[in-house]
Amino acid sequence: MADVNRGNRPLSPFMIGPYYKPQLTSISSIMVRITGIVVLGLSVVIVAWLFTASISEAAFNAFNRIVQSWFGDLVLLAGVWCLTYHILGRLRHVLWDFGYCWEVRVAESLAIGMLVAATVVAALTFILFLAM
Amino acid sequence: MVQFTLPKNSRIKVGKTWPKPSGATNVREFQIYRWNPDDGQNPRVDTYFVDMDTCGPMMLDVLIKIKNEIDPTLTFRRSCREGICGSCAMNIGGTNTLACIYGHDEVKGVVKVYPLPHMPVVKDLIPDLTHFYAQHASIMPWLETKTNRPAKEWKQSIEDRKKLDGLYECVMCASCSTSCPSYWWNGDKYLGPAALLHAYRWIIDSRDEATGERLDELEDPFKLYRCHTIMNCAKTCPKGLNPAKAIGAIKQMMVERQV
Repeated sequence: MADVNRGNRPLSPFMIGPYYKPQLTSISSIMVRITGIVVLGLSVVIVAWLFTASISEAAFNAFNRIVQSWFGDLVLLAGVWCLTYHILGRLRHVLWDFGYCWEVRVAESLAIGMLVAATVVAALTFILFLAM
Repeated sequence: MVQFTLPKNSRIKVGKTWPKPSGATNVREFQIYRWNPDDGQNPRVDTYFVDMDTCGPMMLDVLIKIKNEIDPTLTFRRSCREGICGSCAMNIGGTNTLACIYGHDEVKGVVKVYPLPHMPVVKDLIPDLTHFYAQHASIMPWLETKTNRPAKEWKQSIEDRKKLDGLYECVMCASCSTSCPSYWWNGDKYLGPAALLHAYRWIIDSRDEATGERLDELEDPFKLYRCHTIMNCAKTCPKGLNPAKAIGAIKQMMVERQV
């Protein structure tokens, strides 16, 4: 029998993208993680915003100018999208934990549903923001 | 650990382009991973052109035709050619499947063929499955009983037997485990979808009397709980099984037995 434990064996390629085709389910899963990290980062910004208010008026005004600029609005809108997507992703885990939605097709529909729902919520927030 | 690149000895080089078959009108391009353990070189991807007018419909037909007519050194596992032995599992067109039951027309454009992902390569398309099999053995894939052996067989009701449907059909081809990013990155400790599907197959077997021990064995941050429901396993299974669902069912049993 051949020596199957011979050293210096190469590792077969695996990376998602060039070697493993991205799947609806795998991408929606990693995005729950990524949006979670983004939301965590943004929560620091929000806390910093409140924190500057507790320091001085000048500090708050300086920070507030950045947050309420068009760029700040864009970042916060992206934050709304991420937060909604992340919450929906976690709710999907709750469904799974109770034993529902395990069929591949259903899981894929949920993946699309999360994208659509997060976009709708972000869009509604934006409209509300413009109306105010 | 999370890993995004291949180690130095595994980086893939451009290989040989084999000549096109003369006189053929319906030619298809195949790019196939090659690694020879004896020449000290890095892996490479060779390009082959196959006359599809004289080739069978399945990817295994293509590989056998290449081996017979173009390059006899191309190495791969195959046996039953009907999706029951699990030998010819490989990565075709970016997903894992059995070459023998996968039509070459299911991939558009150039067909890329690689060994099962993130595994040590023995040669060409043959991965080393030693660790994968050891993990399967570790879940005790047999009937464990404590009561006295019955005079005839261990009986099971039709309803209880039905619970094994969708589990017993697994042919251990390793397509699911090697499609799982968690298994790529924690495969040393995480059992992976195939072994866990088998674990569940014995956990819910009404005749088995070691359910508690089996669950105890899986109560571990890595063995079971590295499953993050990415579902590549269920999506890629050539037999249409759903290991993710089986893993979810084990997790549910873990909670239920505590309340």
